[in-house]
Amino acid sequence: MEKDVVLQTHNLVKEYRLGQINTGTLRGDLQSFFARIFKKDDPNINLLSDQYYNIENRTHRALDGVSITIKRGEAVGLIGANGAGKSTLLKLISRITLPTEGSLSYRGKVASLLEVGTGFNGGLTGRENIYMNGAILGMSKAQIEARLDQIISFSEIGEYIDTPVKRYSSGMFVKLAFAVAAHLDADILLMDEILAVGDVKFQDKSLKRMEQVAGEENKTVIYVSHNMTTIRRFCTRCIVLEEGKVVYDGEVEKAIEVYTQRKKLNYSAHNDLTEARRRYCPNHLVRKVSFTQCNLQLNDDCVIRDKSDFRLSFHFEAKEDIRAALLKVSFLDATEQPVASAISPAFDIHEGENILEVSADISGLQQGSYTISGGLMQQSEFGIFSYYDNVEQMCFVELEPEDTGLLWATRIWGRVKLPPLKIGGGAHE
Amino acid sequence: MSKSSEVITTVTPKRKLLDFNFAETFRYKDLIFLFVKNDFITRYKQMLLGPLWAVIQPLLTTVVFTVVFGNIAGLPTDGAPKFMFYMCGNVLWTYFSSCLIGASNCFSSNAYLFSKVYFPRLVAPISTAIGNMINSGIQFLIFAGFLVYSILTGGVHPVYSLLWLAVLLVLQVTMLGMGIGLMLSSLTIKYRDLKMLISFGVQLWLYATPIAYATSLVKEKIPSLYGVYMLNPMASVCEAMRKIFLGVGNISIKYLCISLAMSIFFFLLGIIMFNRAEKTFTDKI
Repeated sequence: MEKDVVLQTHNLVKEYRLGQINTGTLRGDLQSFFARIFKKDDPNINLLSDQYYNIENRTHRALDGVSITIKRGEAVGLIGANGAGKSTLLKLISRITLPTEGSLSYRGKVASLLEVGTGFNGGLTGRENIYMNGAILGMSKAQIEARLDQIISFSEIGEYIDTPVKRYSSGMFVKLAFAVAAHLDADILLMDEILAVGDVKFQDKSLKRMEQVAGEENKTVIYVSHNMTTIRRFCTRCIVLEEGKVVYDGEVEKAIEVYTQRKKLNYSAHNDLTEARRRYCPNHLVRKVSFTQCNLQLNDDCVIRDKSDFRLSFHFEAKEDIRAALLKVSFLDATEQPVASAISPAFDIHEGENILEVSADISGLQQGSYTISGGLMQQSEFGIFSYYDNVEQMCFVELEPEDTGLLWATRIWGRVKLPPLKIGGGAHE
Repeated sequence: MSKSSEVITTVTPKRKLLDFNFAETFRYKDLIFLFVKNDFITRYKQMLLGPLWAVIQPLLTTVVFTVVFGNIAGLPTDGAPKFMFYMCGNVLWTYFSSCLIGASNCFSSNAYLFSKVYFPRLVAPISTAIGNMINSGIQFLIFAGFLVYSILTGGVHPVYSLLWLAVLLVLQVTMLGMGIGLMLSSLTIKYRDLKMLISFGVQLWLYATPIAYATSLVKEKIPSLYGVYMLNPMASVCEAMRKIFLGVGNISIKYLCISLAMSIFFFLLGIIMFNRAEKTFTDKI
């Protein structure tokens, strides 16, 4: 490794097996083991239904040949859609899990902020936890003591530092956790959207601190985020991951452009959903209803211009008649957090192919890109929802800014605009 | 710039069968110390009696054993005072079982930490073992107090020339307990049902070990099974401990050697299995 290189990965691969690893109990595994030896039928195959058995040996490559080189003092942003392999890469660098193939080398110590407050013990005081956290990073007592005052003053905890952290408010807790991680003597700092801790003032302070770490202290920071604003402000270089591969590595603005362009490549008014990712619903072999297609009733650029009459049509196949089904359409923002949902009244589904056209008034939603997820579900008499089918990403839409009224500040005001406030309280009239 | 920032670490998929990296584990000595200290603090915080529990527990168990096995069942104690006889066994057994159970919980009780940060995983069972050593050290001091009293009143006659052996036996028990515990902890990642077996198994093992009775009783009542019985690695250790501290019974070199061999075997096997399990733990839990 060259002198100024702090991290180098070579053809890194991380593979996960899908489905069951084993039968889960010693008894079951022994049964299968003996059945294999005596060439008898494995009694556990019947236990696991066919679909499980079929995917037993399928694997998923969360990372597929990643080779990157990072130099000292760089602040590298890591962006990509969910499931692109960002967190897996951080996990490998922080040695929480080992690669399946390839190798990675780094110089010095790696501190990860994968989740704030890792290793905090509720029963210990703030001060004791600072020592503990430092020790977990492999620092000696003397090294921690040298930075103790700095950490305490940054955390704004003050006199509560000798109180057990289980009595802290969640805000105090994350502030202390961030302060510890940001001041410890690591050469490489890994962060996974950590800057979203504390209040706005503290967030700003955290960001400044991270700039200082990368700039003045000449440490290396690797930062994973969906928030392009912080990436722009803070990173000097940016890597775009897609399906476990590096698709761009270099200048920040260019990277963000590549990322958004790549996302738009997926935009289409007509989406085939047979192979799409599902959540909370069983495998397609047992699923009673399967979405096959989702069409946007608008131009091919997927930009919605008339928000009061947003139209979608769904194609789906039902294996049997279903009464009182509900259709749910959710809008997810760029971080894939749900922003708003609309639910249909109950309707009946007939066996065979179905086409369902729906429309909604989404005037409240503000400008930006949204992922639409959709689910067909039923509510039990106890109020519990069960999904017949639930597709995470049905289609993507782009909402144009409104040309009337004041500019909407999404970051502060949120993504949904409610109907205008009425002046003059109604209650006393 | 600190010296540590020049150390280059390389991570590759395959690792050797025995890959301890003692140097790295040693660098984390402050963490081991803190784990032990914090475990001790949190264990006794917000408790009425605090560390006194370490004392009360073996005392009460010994009293119960003395009453039940000594007085009600009237089991012979080879001529040693009943209370001392049972206390010697109890302190030893408490240490062994806490080593075993502590190590076997290593993965499950640290699952969250292990999946979030890296540090040499062996740090966790080592600090548990040290913690148990301290706890049992306190218990041993109580035992020593009673022992001195018994010696002064002429009740027991320790074999002073063999006291060094007791120290070695404690190390051996540590290895045995940790080894089996680590083995089980590696297996419980895959087979959760083993957890049921552990606490239950330790309980059964207690009865297969001369804690509540003397080995001479086994020899007398079921002589045909005596050879098999003594294969229990804890049996010969317990017998030897009683001989050393209380001067009763005898020491069988043959079974002690077998026990030592088993302890070393289980210790190595435990560490190898732990090492293997540690690599893929976060992907399996």
